[in-house]
Amino acid sequence: MKAIICSLCYVIFAPLIGGLLDGLDRKISARMQGRVGPPLLQPFYDLNKLHNKQLIAVSKSQTFLMISYLLMMILTGALFYAGYDILMCFFVMSTASTFLYFAAIVTGSPYSTIGASRELIQMMAYEPAVLLACVGFYLCMGTFDVAKIINSVVSPIVYLPGFFIAFVFILTIKLRKSPFDISTSHHAHQELIKGLTTEFGAKNLALFQLTEWYEVTFLCGVVGLFIINSNPISIIGAIAVVFVVWFLEILIDNCSARVKFDLMLKISWIVTLLSAGVNLLILMINR
Amino acid sequence: MTLGFFLICFPIIMSLIIFCIRVNKIRNFIAYLSTIIIMAAVGVFTFFWVKNGSQIMQLSIGEITEAVDKLILIAELILMVVVTILCFKYKKYWISLLSIVPTLLIAYFELFLKNEADTDIRLYIDHLSILMCLIVGVIGCLIVIYAVGYMHGYHHHHIDIEDRRYYFFMILFMFLGCMFGFVLSENLLWIDFFWEMTSVCSFLLIGYTKTEEAINNSFRALWKNLLGGCALAVAIVYFGIKAQTVSFHSLIIMGQRISDHSDMWVLMPIALIAFAAFTKAAQFPFSTWLIGAMVAPTPSSALLHSATMVKAGIYILFRLSPAMAGTRVGLMVSFIGGFTFFAASVIAIAQSDGKKVLAFSTISNLGLMVACAGVGRAETIWAGVFLMIFHAISKSLLFQDVGATENSIHSRDVEDMHGLLYRLPRLAIIMFIGIAGMFLAPFGMLISKWSALKASVDESNILLVFFICFGSATTSFYWTKWMGKIISHEHTDEEKVRDITKKNELISLIVHAILMITLCAFFPLLSKLYVDSLLMEMFGTYEDVLPISILYILVAIIIFVFAIPFFAYIASKKMKTNIKLSYMNGINVGNNNEFVNSFGDPKQVWMSNYYFHKKIGQRKLMMPIQVFTTAWIVVLLSMIISSAI
Repeated sequence: MKAIICSLCYVIFAPLIGGLLDGLDRKISARMQGRVGPPLLQPFYDLNKLHNKQLIAVSKSQTFLMISYLLMMILTGALFYAGYDILMCFFVMSTASTFLYFAAIVTGSPYSTIGASRELIQMMAYEPAVLLACVGFYLCMGTFDVAKIINSVVSPIVYLPGFFIAFVFILTIKLRKSPFDISTSHHAHQELIKGLTTEFGAKNLALFQLTEWYEVTFLCGVVGLFIINSNPISIIGAIAVVFVVWFLEILIDNCSARVKFDLMLKISWIVTLLSAGVNLLILMINR
Repeated sequence: MTLGFFLICFPIIMSLIIFCIRVNKIRNFIAYLSTIIIMAAVGVFTFFWVKNGSQIMQLSIGEITEAVDKLILIAELILMVVVTILCFKYKKYWISLLSIVPTLLIAYFELFLKNEADTDIRLYIDHLSILMCLIVGVIGCLIVIYAVGYMHGYHHHHIDIEDRRYYFFMILFMFLGCMFGFVLSENLLWIDFFWEMTSVCSFLLIGYTKTEEAINNSFRALWKNLLGGCALAVAIVYFGIKAQTVSFHSLIIMGQRISDHSDMWVLMPIALIAFAAFTKAAQFPFSTWLIGAMVAPTPSSALLHSATMVKAGIYILFRLSPAMAGTRVGLMVSFIGGFTFFAASVIAIAQSDGKKVLAFSTISNLGLMVACAGVGRAETIWAGVFLMIFHAISKSLLFQDVGATENSIHSRDVEDMHGLLYRLPRLAIIMFIGIAGMFLAPFGMLISKWSALKASVDESNILLVFFICFGSATTSFYWTKWMGKIISHEHTDEEKVRDITKKNELISLIVHAILMITLCAFFPLLSKLYVDSLLMEMFGTYEDVLPISILYILVAIIIFVFAIPFFAYIASKKMKTNIKLSYMNGINVGNNNEFVNSFGDPKQVWMSNYYFHKKIGQRKLMMPIQVFTTAWIVVLLSMIISSAI
């Protein structure tokens, strides 16, 4: 019962949380750049406007692929917040990302195709760290089930600092923040003209935006999972850490220039190997 | 249960009959008929076995045992002579040694050293061998049906190649018979014979076209597989002398019961058999033979390299896995497997030839299965069995589909499959299903990965954890970009292709696709009913590999993944869409295929995938990988052998 309520809450409130975080992102970014920035609720106004526009697409199948992407992402988060197996959640998420890739590449448009290819490389860059994070949870808690992981006596981060670093590192890729915003970018008219979202017109772009919010909420949940334990106070700590990580991502986004994809792949794999790998080694030896 | 012997003998007899028939129509008819009989026989065989309580069955053939053993020895000697003649004909003299030495060794052992009081059990039937029979029977026969149509088209296009279909089908059937023999045999001498037979059959199939490249590649396949055969022969003779028996299962039982140092010698034959399995399952450093084997006509690629022959290596490793768990042999096997899984998937990224991608992904997936066997826990074998089932179906499907596509568009390059969905919709959809089966949720491959990862963490096999995590990232990459190619918008609108896929090819393809989806839907059931009892048999303990929560998620995902795109598609069809041109910096020509170049003329847009072949190509990586894995095998083998002696 609790599981159903939790996942329903996610389905209903995730867009709100995601949208607010997005608004906060724009606000803080603007302040960092010495601008006033849009109102906090601007992402919602944008979404509303996009949603009320007519359906514009290059290829008709884009819409159905985007809807599938959205629904799969919701499924991912719902499974996670219902307390099911975290590894399976990430497997479903990778299937969802595949649909995004299809939606972009089906058009055959040059910008969106290159953006989509880069999205694939991004997936390849972050997947090891994500899988290793799941392995980390399994090693210290003996289970992949989220419902059991949150009932641990000590916060998992105590055992898994390396995994946490690797996960936060690839979060930059996952959230499409600079320096790793190579498949798409918030700012129009950079080298790739919004990359794989180039051909998502109006309603489809709204779907994309909405899915991003669901995804962000899910990923924040995973970050929180590192902190949370059987003590209810730890929830506050988890929320605080999520905000710190979020701020960190915005800071990195604002003070770094985009790198090339091969550098991204190299750095992220090395970081994964060094921090998560060494952590894994220590955990396994001490078992 | 004489049906078991029927399964071995019938295909071999049919192959000889087929060789004698030179009229295409009659031969095709006989081929169809025999495949139906074989499939029916496998079905009946399984049915009776289940009806008798799915027990382990050990069969002997009574008084004629002696005679049959002699017959097999004579056949093995004939095989040696054939190989030697062929080696001398093509001036590859030294390869003949790899056949002569082990055969004479085995012959000497059988005639002079064998314990006459040894058991007369010859066949061993349990869950694993029944499963192998089903795979070989169903997939193998479907491939033969496909081959009838394919070879017709093949000789229509390749007029320069001599039409020797009678020979081709003879080897296909011979091969099927040997595979049945291999998976059902209990006597190591029989296993050795069928092992050598499959090696030679694959050699003959690869060299079918008789071009220079084919001949070179076929000899490469031959010597690598015969090298494995040598190791197998040494293992058998050593074990036969030490233990006074050549029963495969007593080897496994002895391996499981190693208690002190005086039992360590058992590890040596196990390690040597594992080494032989590496060659057959095309693990690094032996995998080049499988890449070279792609010159053969597609049905033989599909038969040898997806569904059956390479699975022989996996089968024998699964059998040995209880004995390997936790030993140095297990360490050797799981490392080679895991490394191959990762390294082959990296090289696969750099390939654009469709069949080469399939070849490397085969090697890579086999690596994962080998690693599962090496860890040797019930969970990993569970994962490995599912990997084997799903891999057999989807790989055979993909090989056949790429072959059919090649017949239609005259290319098997992934880049040329751009927009295949709009040109050859039937083949493209089937290909899509096949690829999805290889890595996407909810197909079995993924859940196997889940289980393999969990078990390797439990075993503290840290290297394997890394290999699986990084390898699955690279695996998704090369499959997804292939899928993207199939569905992306065509380069040109004019190009129309005629789908010349024959009916029999299509039948095989569709049956495969249906099998794939059905298995995906019913695999929790399959796990409960069949694979759990398989593990029970192998390990003697029952362990629920698939927890109930995972089962729920799986059912949910299965429903969602099929339902979501379906309903989304129907819903989006009704939506009124305003179709616009794609963005090209405002220099569109008026369609999505061209833009205005600097001379003001229309220029074609040509989109291609990333391959990074200069960084991670075969040429660059193959050598270091081979050196590294050879070193690993040599070091561990010498450690095992020295501690055994």
